[in-house]
Amino acid sequence: MYDTNRRVENAVTPKDIKIQARKVQVFYGDKHALKDVDVDILDKTVTAFIGPSGCGKSTFLRCINRMNDTIPIARVEGEILLDGEDVYDRRVDPVQLRAKVGMVFQKPNPFPKSIYDNVAYGPRIHGLSRNRAELDGIVEGALRGAALWNEVKDRLSEPGTGLSGGQQQRLCIARAVATSPEVLLMDEPCSALDPIATAQVEELIEELREQFSVVIVTHSMQQAARVSQKTAFFHLGNLVEYGDTDDIFTRPKDSRTEAYISGRIG
Amino acid sequence: MTDDPDHKPASLLQQDARTKARNAAEKRFRWYGIIAIAISMIALVVLLATILTAGAGAFRQTYLNIPVTLDPAVLDPKGNRDPAEMAKVLTLSYGRVLDAAVEATVARHGIRIEGLSDKDIDGLISKEASAQVRDRVLAEPDLVGQTVEFDVLTGGRIDGYFKGRVTMDSAARDSNTSPAQLQLAQELANRGEIVTRFNWNFLRLADASDQRPEAAGVGAAIVGSFYMMLVVLFLAVPIGVAASIYLEEFAPKNRWTDIIEVNISNLAAVPSIVFGILGLAAFINFAGLPQSAPIVGGLVLTLMTLPRIIIPTRAALKAVPPSIRDAALGVGASRMQSVFHHVLPLATPGILTGMILGLAQALGETAPLLLIGMVAFIRDIPSGLPQGLFDPASALPVQVYNWTQRSDPAFIERASGAIIVLLVFLLCMNVLAIWLRRKFERRW
Repeated sequence: MYDTNRRVENAVTPKDIKIQARKVQVFYGDKHALKDVDVDILDKTVTAFIGPSGCGKSTFLRCINRMNDTIPIARVEGEILLDGEDVYDRRVDPVQLRAKVGMVFQKPNPFPKSIYDNVAYGPRIHGLSRNRAELDGIVEGALRGAALWNEVKDRLSEPGTGLSGGQQQRLCIARAVATSPEVLLMDEPCSALDPIATAQVEELIEELREQFSVVIVTHSMQQAARVSQKTAFFHLGNLVEYGDTDDIFTRPKDSRTEAYISGRIG
Repeated sequence: MTDDPDHKPASLLQQDARTKARNAAEKRFRWYGIIAIAISMIALVVLLATILTAGAGAFRQTYLNIPVTLDPAVLDPKGNRDPAEMAKVLTLSYGRVLDAAVEATVARHGIRIEGLSDKDIDGLISKEASAQVRDRVLAEPDLVGQTVEFDVLTGGRIDGYFKGRVTMDSAARDSNTSPAQLQLAQELANRGEIVTRFNWNFLRLADASDQRPEAAGVGAAIVGSFYMMLVVLFLAVPIGVAASIYLEEFAPKNRWTDIIEVNISNLAAVPSIVFGILGLAAFINFAGLPQSAPIVGGLVLTLMTLPRIIIPTRAALKAVPPSIRDAALGVGASRMQSVFHHVLPLATPGILTGMILGLAQALGETAPLLLIGMVAFIRDIPSGLPQGLFDPASALPVQVYNWTQRSDPAFIERASGAIIVLLVFLLCMNVLAIWLRRKFERRW
């Protein structure tokens, strides 16, 4: 088994490896969508996945919390270790896994319920609070964590769908944070947002890094450069290059990476 | 402009040929739509007007008010006022008492009309009247010996005369009435002895025989239809909704579910009479359930309604955006939690609408009920639940069918009245469906 205390040397500061993927293959029916992905994702770090559309970056992200299980034709091979435990082990219940690995989706998708209920839903179904006061505390903490508390504290009973797009996305982040996950997966969280809302979410990601391992899929290379410490470049189902964000954007080793970041492919 | 090879308009202020043609096409299409709507509205108005004019009469009924001397010598020959003994006196004897009472009333008013026979006078009142009086007397034996005022049903022709269905001309050609009898009825009405009132009995009483349309009501049919709807509600709705949720949210997508899906769609297209044959074979011949019983009718309608509930329910579930399921799964909800906490509440308005429209369709269904004996002549209102489910009953559409088969035109009036009752129920169900949809509709 993998030793969680092992230190890695390539990070700026030595950190724990949170997720370790080995030879991950994903098939959609006959289509080989993801080939031999090996990657180590660090704790308390923002890792960005970049690459052209259809390159498999979202597919890989959805493997980490087994959201691909909901697609009947999807098949995953290889292993993804979360703290040394294979998430595709037969004994793993995806429900328990998803409480540990939160997810924020491309389009803000708050439940058509009140702001409070949106955030409280996760803690409720996982039984994280013993009473109402404790639940109130969790909700407030999560909303503060998502930098939304000051904007919504007076209207917690209003529907979450009534918020603006950027607020909705931060509500979704609060909802994901409320179950106190260890990893936060973000699938193009800003693609439906305007620049101001994007800036707010990016700022938030920077803060979330202190508590979680954040993995973000993005189409915007500027965004990857701004928010991440590590970057992985995917192309045609392959993980082409993975390393420190600064290195990827300034001294790419692979010619395909260079072509992509300079805008020649993708 | 016409010389321009590229057909470019010389000026924006002038429409070119293409634009003109397009605008004309648009205008034509609008007119097609307006005409189509106008035709359907006219058809609806004509339909409703016909039924309302034909059926309004069923809700009004003429009664003759007469003092009846309840002769103890006839009605209680033993003189002990024992209801059991008195029950042996048949309606025939009551008929004689009533005939005497009618003749006395006519004599009291001193009405003289040429060609008026005793038969005409006795024929003023319904054959049902003697049963009406007998029921009352058996319920209150102490009335015997007294003179009691009764509002008795008038005969069908007399009733028809006051509703405009029977005229002096038609009476002259009718062996069941005569112009003299109608004149007499008019005289009595002028003196306030014959009155027309709202006919609650139409909604309360069961069917009546061919000779007494004035006593026929939709009571047994309403109760029968109501019981059947209860059976459908408690069987088809839970089974249908559970099947839809399973198929839509849990079932794997493979050949078996494809076959099931195709068959559900086919089942919705099966003619309803086939379900009647199935019900006859399965529930009556095989399971041994009684004929004409609402339980059997309800079971048959349940089979018929199931696909009609499953299809809209699945559509409603499908219409819930997948992002909601992702969101629920993403925070670690199980599949069932995501369905019951998030998907189902959003699909509720659609499910309720489908359910009510399915029930409404079942309420109006006739053909399968004919095959399981619900077309029988039902004289008694079914008893209360649960025993009533096994009592012989009729159903509203079957009652309509039944009455339109009878020769007396008075039954046409009753049939139209029954259609009005049916339409009112359907209207209520549709209003309920709209109201529920509004109430549960949530935006996201």
